Order: sequence, then structure tokens, then C-alpha cells
Amino acid sequence: MNEPLVKVRGLKIGATVYPPGEKPHDIAIVHGVDFDLQKGQVLGLIGESGAGKSTIGLAAMAYGRGGVKITAGEVWVNGRDILKTSLKDIRALRGGEVTYVSQSAAASFNPAKQIMEQVIEAAVGHGKFSKSQAETRAIDLFAKLGLPDPENIGKRYPHQVSGGQLQRCMTALALCPEPDMVVFDEPTTALDVTTQIDVLAAIKEAIRDTGVAALYITHDLAVVAQISDHIMVLRHGEMVEYGDTGQIISAPKEDYTKALVSVRSIDHQEKPPGTDPVLSVTNITARYKGTKFDVLSDVSVDLYPGQTLAIVGESGSGKSTLARVITGLLPPREGQTNFAGQTLSDALAGRSRDELRELQMIYQMADVAMNPRQTVGTIIGRPLEFYFGLRGAEKKRRIRELLDAIEMGDGFIDRYPAELSGGQKQRVCIARSLAAKPKVIICDEVTSALDPLVADGILKLLLELQKAENVAYLFITHDLATVRAIADSIAVMYQGRVVRYGPKSKVLAPPFDDYTDLLLSSVPEMRLGWLEQVIANRKMESAGN
Amino acid sequence: MHPIVKLVAQRLALSTLLLLAASILIFVGTQILPGDVAQSILGQSATPENLANLRAELGLNEPAVSRYLSWLNDVLHGDLGTALTNGRDIGESIGYRLKNTLFLASCAAVISVPLAIFLGLLAVRYKDRWPDKMISAVTLTSISIPEFLIGYVLMYFIAVKLGWFSSVALVNDGMSFFEKLNAIALPVMVLTLVVLAHMMRMTRAAILNVMQSAYIETAELKGLSTFSVIARHAFPNAISPIVNVVMLNLAYLVVGVVVIEVVFVYPGMGQYLVDHVSKRDVPVVQACGIIFAAVYIGLNMVADIVSILANPRLRHPK
Amino acid sequence: MKNIPISAMIGLSFTGLYFFVAIFAPWIAPYGMAEVVGDVWEPSSAKYLLGTDSIGRDLLSRMIYGGRTTIFIATMATILSFTTGATLGFIAAVSGGWVDQLLSRFVDLIMSIPSLIFALVVLSVMPVTVNVLILVMGLLDSTRVFRLARAVAVDIAVMDYVEAARLRGEKLLWIIFREILPNALSPLVAEMGLRFIFMVLFVSTLSFLGLGVQPPQADWGGIVKENKDGIVYGIPAALAPAFAIATLSISVNLVADWVLNRTTSLKGGRG
Repeated sequence: MNEPLVKVRGLKIGATVYPPGEKPHDIAIVHGVDFDLQKGQVLGLIGESGAGKSTIGLAAMAYGRGGVKITAGEVWVNGRDILKTSLKDIRALRGGEVTYVSQSAAASFNPAKQIMEQVIEAAVGHGKFSKSQAETRAIDLFAKLGLPDPENIGKRYPHQVSGGQLQRCMTALALCPEPDMVVFDEPTTALDVTTQIDVLAAIKEAIRDTGVAALYITHDLAVVAQISDHIMVLRHGEMVEYGDTGQIISAPKEDYTKALVSVRSIDHQEKPPGTDPVLSVTNITARYKGTKFDVLSDVSVDLYPGQTLAIVGESGSGKSTLARVITGLLPPREGQTNFAGQTLSDALAGRSRDELRELQMIYQMADVAMNPRQTVGTIIGRPLEFYFGLRGAEKKRRIRELLDAIEMGDGFIDRYPAELSGGQKQRVCIARSLAAKPKVIICDEVTSALDPLVADGILKLLLELQKAENVAYLFITHDLATVRAIADSIAVMYQGRVVRYGPKSKVLAPPFDDYTDLLLSSVPEMRLGWLEQVIANRKMESAGN
Repeated sequence: MHPIVKLVAQRLALSTLLLLAASILIFVGTQILPGDVAQSILGQSATPENLANLRAELGLNEPAVSRYLSWLNDVLHGDLGTALTNGRDIGESIGYRLKNTLFLASCAAVISVPLAIFLGLLAVRYKDRWPDKMISAVTLTSISIPEFLIGYVLMYFIAVKLGWFSSVALVNDGMSFFEKLNAIALPVMVLTLVVLAHMMRMTRAAILNVMQSAYIETAELKGLSTFSVIARHAFPNAISPIVNVVMLNLAYLVVGVVVIEVVFVYPGMGQYLVDHVSKRDVPVVQACGIIFAAVYIGLNMVADIVSILANPRLRHPK
Repeated sequence: MKNIPISAMIGLSFTGLYFFVAIFAPWIAPYGMAEVVGDVWEPSSAKYLLGTDSIGRDLLSRMIYGGRTTIFIATMATILSFTTGATLGFIAAVSGGWVDQLLSRFVDLIMSIPSLIFALVVLSVMPVTVNVLILVMGLLDSTRVFRLARAVAVDIAVMDYVEAARLRGEKLLWIIFREILPNALSPLVAEMGLRFIFMVLFVSTLSFLGLGVQPPQADWGGIVKENKDGIVYGIPAALAPAFAIATLSISVNLVADWVLNRTTSLKGGRG
């Protein structure tokens, strides 16, 4: 085999942390990682948050973000160890031999400069091309990446193009200097699912056409499976498994990899709709104060006791607004909400305490859904006290029961939210809403901020609790895999309207309307060749263009 | 109309409105508060006749609204009224003093603005190292002492002990420009010190804020030199916050001038205002108040307009 | 309360010392406040530790009594400014709508005139007494506290946990005192320190201009005014208050810095 383009040996990375009330100290983020990358190959780095994957990616450019420092090891690029070379040589490497695409192109482009100027800056600065050559090349890349009006898009400012387009511009920026390798750091994570697939396809094609090597960093195994030749699974800064893509997704060896591959495979038997809906929304039309267009138009859905209705849509579809209307935070312009046989008042202030109690809500960001100055006991105890007047030992007993129900011990009673992990926080929020003995819980993207395995745990818990307490969920999400796992019926929303609604088995079975087809086909599947197949079969342009 | 023109026009209109409201506030502050102006001017021993005469002279018997309107009308026509204490035309007295005050303030601004930006950059460049720490220590000290005390400390050491400059800053029309500069050296030094600290601190914060942006990381990962990163990527985005810092501090300077003029017996607006406050000469106080408010509101407006103009989202709308 | 950094310890102890001296001034000062005990501007000696002032009073005693007045006025004005500003700021943030608009625009207006100039305008017609001073300074300064309190509370009020409390049906008072206040406390306490310093500087400036505390009452600004003519003859009596004001405000600043840093590191902590 040839000498690899990149050779990493024994890479250790650390950082100095400044915890409150303690002396600053050093922690290790990456504990010794080895890998090779051949010319023109793509290596996927996959792991959950805190796995150290971005840190490793930046180390390939001898860069440490914030207080991050490379503490030991070797990083060979094009035949020299870049950890030992001069600053001048490192500058020649960055933006010349190795380039970088970040997760948020919107933040990574300088808002004060035109796109073209930024795209060609490295290529011209490193003397690879003249200004006009670089511009021609950039326009070629814009065209190749499927950007509209490639001749002129470079004259625009970053805020003048959409998120998906900007992410492609960033890819053009990285490819413009003809680098040997590009580090892609979660380049599609911040995008909507139907936009993600276009960007992904554009990146894949550009990699193939230019023959550049790449490190592709992501938390989504299905995404990386489409694009990489090899995959390295990381956890807590250590390598778990390394192999070629086909082997990792079809025959994983390690338990952790197996868990990642089989994530979202919860088997959920759909329940038939009942006769009396517990929550029924009819002809809701709503807009925000001071705006001129309806965020929701004519939305009607029913939720039956003990069942789950999933509201699916991308950002801007109005799904979270529906939750605000149902909870009374945003009185609708038209339409009404019936709850447990009664018509609910449009505004929060007009609802009785029992109505409030029986309709609970769980949020996406568990850490801002809990008061950081209250203990877990206080947080769960307050609804008990407020709705049922429980005090003292009785309240404590009930808090223990609830902690037990969310599979956390009573050792957590005196902990503060900051001392909990992401999954634990979300569990406490679930316990808080259960404490009210509700008939319906609105779950607003409750798993989307969590790592896949943790999210799986939360979904399983929600299903168990539904069985035990006969509570109904209005489950708002953008993630179809989650929907498959948990829903009994589904409403697909697009631009403020329900475009498809019915029992899960019907909604997810053909024939589809165009949007549902686009949405369903955009969810990455964990098999080789899926991306090409989807792109070939598309009927509708994605919403992001 | 380009949205930016609209925004700037809105901001101008808002400032005018604010100035009008401020004039009402100043008028209300001097006329309707429980203290009786006539009584205050004449003191406890005044006879009822004298009081009645003065009230009539001040127009205190008319309703407040019509008094305000006629005062405003006069001010808009450039007539600031006459001083109660010596019967002189206020406009004339202020004209000369305003010129002196602006001279003093602009000298201080010319020195402090570039110095503050330079030191702010220095503090960023050597963040958390000794130049940064020293700069923040000096800043902390100088914002902890009132202006007049800095004035006396400098006067004591530089004018009295070292005998370098005069301890009072007397200027008159007969002096040449350099003689004037020499006379106001000490007050300029004090004013510079006073605003320097704030300006430096805020400049440092503004630049650090820009340097932490993701696009700076992008620039670094392009392999650009530190100088290019700062000059091409940080600077264009730092202009607006820095101009803001400068304007806010110039506004602050205008207030600092009042006290410093008293310390160095400098014939400017501040001295004039303070003198007439103790003499309870209401027309003079009103006139000075509205002028100070106008300068202050004007500088804040300039700061806002610069940030509007510097914002690429507004300059290049979708 | 463990792990207090050295700078904050120094700040705390000096602040404590100043307040102690202010409270027990009559027992600590060697001479009476207005008692003429010696010649004009005597240099410091064992008898008069800081020398005497422009009419022969003991400077140390005047400094001690002056500190009492300055600290008293500054403290009362800070309390007034805080109760008014924070209460209105929280109300504006939580109610929103026209209440917020009205209060915020009014505060904008007051702040469009520099506070020293505004104070001078008002004091030109009001009798200058300690109560009037506290009232004028406190109310003018409450605009700044209002802005901070409102900004902090608005940030907290949009948090999901506040929304959760609203959805639960909690009353306004619970939301302000149980959900918002505990999270707003640290920045407000730090700001209180800064406001206190500002009040000390403000009252000193007014007294120096002859529009604050009136003689024979002593305060630090007034002492400068009484002794400023000595400067030209090389008599540094007027500089004593400079030292006192600077050390007091630096100490308070150190404490405020520590309180503020403690908050930010709590926010940036795990999570």
C-alpha cells in the first residue's frame, strides 16, 4: 500500500476546564487514537456528543478550539508530522492542503463580506490560483454543487442565501484551493431533513469528481454510511470499532456499534382509533401578533385516550405553533379546541386548574425547562402540592414513586438540574408532567436534542408510561424514525396545513402525496446506495431551495 | 425607498422627538416641582410684594403649558432668554462658553479616542498576560475615583510639585492657539484619563466579542496570518461596536467637562451652569440643560446611525 | 462561601471596615466634627493624624464623619434606586404589553439627559437637604437598575421553565419570586455594588460643586471643596478624600466582580 495521505498515531488531546468553585484542571478528551486515510478516500468519524470526533477532525489541521490542546501523538500529513512543523508550514497546510467545512455555515461566513471573496480567499492567499482563475473555479464548483445562478451567487452576502445554500457555498470554499483533504464537521446536522439530502448528495458528488480525501464527522450513522469508505466509531475519546462501511452497518462486532446500528428499531403495535377523542382540534387558524400571514390554516386533528398522535413536519411547518394554540399560549383566530368533552377557553387565563392539570407539556430542551435553582424534589413536588395539596411525607412518598417510574432512584431528590445528564433531565421533566396525573401530554421534540441511544431510552419509557397510566401523547417531531417508533396516528404538516392525516399504517403506506413522499424518502436509511436511489426518484424540490 | 434610508430617517425623527420630550422634562423639572422658584431666588426673608413682582416677571401666574410653549417658541427662534441674576442675554454668554467647552472636549477626544482604541487592541493581543492585566488594573482605579479628584491629584503633583503647567486653565480671546493649548493641558489630561478607562474597557470587550465568532475560526483555518485575520475579518465587523463605544464615551465626556471646568476654573458651559444653579437662576439652568441634553442625544444618535449603516444585513437587504 | 479568592477577601474586609467606621463614627473620631482644634492646615502630627483643615478642624475626624454622611446617603439612595428600579423592571418584563412600553419609554426619556445635568436642573429649584439628595439620586439612578432588571427578567421570562409554571397555572407573584428572582439575584447583587460606587461618586461630585451636603455637615466631596484652595500652596488636605473614595470603591468593585464571575461560571458550568 502507498504511504497514506494522513497518518495519525497515538493522538491524545486535552483541555483545561474551569468548573465553578474548583481549581482549573486539565481533562483528557481524546485518549490515543490511530488511523490512516488514503488519497481520495472518505473516512467517517461517528460518535455521540463528547466522543471527541470534532476535536480529532480539527487536530488534522493542528488546530485546537478554545482551550483544547494536543498533548501527545503524531499527525502525519503529506509526509511530515504537522505537530512538529513550523507555524509557517501549518499556515500553508490550513486552507491549502487541508480545508474545513463547519456545522453552521451561517456563523462561519463573515457577515460583512461577499461570498465569492471568502470562497476564493484561501486559494488566492496560498498562491494556488490567480484571482480570476479562482473565481472561475468557484463558479464551476457552485454549479457542480447545484447552487442556483452560479455566475452571480458569489456576489451576494451570506445573509442573502438560505441555510442549505450557504452550507454548499462552504463546501465550495473548502474545495476551491484544490486541497488534498477536507474535514466535514457535521455539515448537514443543522439542516432540515429534506434539505440535508440535497446537500449530502452535492457533497458526495463533489468529493467523487474532485478526488479529494475527506474526514466526515457526524453523529448519524445512516448519513455517514452514504458517503464514506471506512467508518471509525468513537466513544468517550476512544476508538470502539474501525472497519469498512459495509461491515460496520451490516456486521458490527462491538456491542456499542450494534446498538448504534439498531437504534430506533422499537417495535410498536398501532392501536385502532377509539370513538371519543380526549383532545380534538377543529379548524384552527392562527398567526403571531404583528404578522400578516397565518402560521396555521384550518388545522383539525383528534387524539384518542391512551394513544399517540404524531405531528410531523420540518421547521416552519407550524407544528410547534399548534402546541402553543392547544396550551392556550397563542389564542387562535378561528377554530376551537375540545378537551375531555369540554370546549377549552382560547386563552390560558380562562382555563380551570383541572383543565391545566390534565393537559401537560414536555419540552425539547430539558435543561431550560427546569429552574436551575430548584432541586429535582422541588421540581417534581410542585405540581403535587399545587394541584393535589400534598405536603410533607405524603408528597415525599409520591416523589419517590415518580422517580421510580422514570427509572431514577430517590438519591436524585436533592440534586440540581446541572448535576444531571441530558437523558436524566428529560426524565425528570417527564416525571413533573406525570405528577399532575394528566390525560394528555404534549411532547415537543422531546428527543431531538438527545443522542440516539439516550433518545431510544426516553421513547421506550414514554411507551411504558402510556401503557401504565393510559395517558395520550401529542408528539411533535421532525424525525420520521421517531414517529414510526411511537405513533398510533400521524398528521403530516407542511406550511401551516395538515397535508396528510390518519392511522400510522395508512399514512406511511403508498400512494403518497408529493410532500409526504419527499419527507419519507429523505429520512436517511442505513444501507449502501440509498442516497443515489432517492435522488434518482425524487418528484419534488426540497423546501430549503 | 432603500430600507436603510428609512431606518436612518426614523432614527433622526426619534431623536428630535426625544429632544422635545427632554425639553418638557427640563421645563417641568424647574417649574412645577414643590420648590417655589421665586421663593428660592429671593430667599426666606423676601417680602410678599417682592415675591409677587418676581412671579409676575417670570410669568409664573400663567398656566404651565402656555409658559412652556412660549419658552419653546423663544428657544426655537434662538432666544434663550435673559439671566435673572445679571439681566444679560443668555445666548451671548453661552455662545462664548460653548466654544471654550467644545475646544476642551475635542482636545480630550483627539487624544483619548486613538489611544483608547490602541490600548484596547493591545489588551486583546495580550489577553490575560501582563499588559492586559495592567490595563484593567488602571481602568479599575480610574473609574473608582471621581473626576474632580483625579483633577486635584494631577494638579497637586504636576502643577504644584513639578510646576509643569498652570493649575488654573484661564483662557481668553487674546491668546494664541498654542498658549491656549498650554493652558488647558492639565484639564485635557484629566478628561483623557477619565474617558480612556471606560473606552479602553469597552473596546476590549467589543473586539473580544468579534474575535470569538465562528468566522474568525474559519479565517484561521484558511491559514491566514494573524494580521490578515484581524485586518480583513475582525476589523470590518468591529467598526460598528467601536464607533458605538467612542460615541457613548464622548457623551460621557460632555458630562465630565462640567466638573473639570469647575476644578480648573475654566470659562466654559459647565462652570456657567454650576454657578447659576447655586444662584438659582432658572432660565440659565434651563438653557444649559437643553444644550447638554441636545449634545448627549445627538452623540447617541450618531452611534445608532453608524451601527445601522455598518450592518450588512441592512445595507444589502434580501 | 468557601473558595473566596484573595481579591474578593480584600474587597470584603475593606468594605466592612469602612462601614464599621461609618456606623461607629462618634466613638472612633478623636475630635468633634465641627470642633476647631488647631491652626489652619497644620501638617500631620501625633495629635492630628491627618493634620487640620482650612479653618483648623481635625481632618481625620472630619474624614470619619464625612465618610459616615457619604456612605449613609449612598446606601439609602442605592436602596431606593434598587427597590424602585428592580420592582418596576420585573413588572415591565413579566407583564409586557403597554405597561412595559410605557415604563421603558419613560426610562429612555429620563436617560436621554445625563444624570448629573438632570440633578443640577432639579437641585436648582429644590431645597438641598439630605432627603432631597437621596430622593433625586435614587430616582434618577433607578432608571439604570430598571434597564438591567428588565433585561435580566426578560431573558428569564422566555425560559421554558417559566412557561411551564404559567401553564401549570401559577400566579404572577410565584413566577416573579420563585422562578425569576432566584435566577436574577446574582447579576442584581453585583450591579448593586456598582450602583453604590456610582452613588458615592455622585454625591461627592454634587457636594464638591456645592450642591450636595451643606456645611457645617461634612462629607468627602465637601471636604475637597473646603480644602481645594490649599492645593495651590502644596497642602494636600484635599487629597485625603481621594484616597478614601478610591479604596472604598475599588473594594466594592472587587466584591461585585467576584459575585458576577461566580454567576457566569455557574451558567457556563455543566449542562
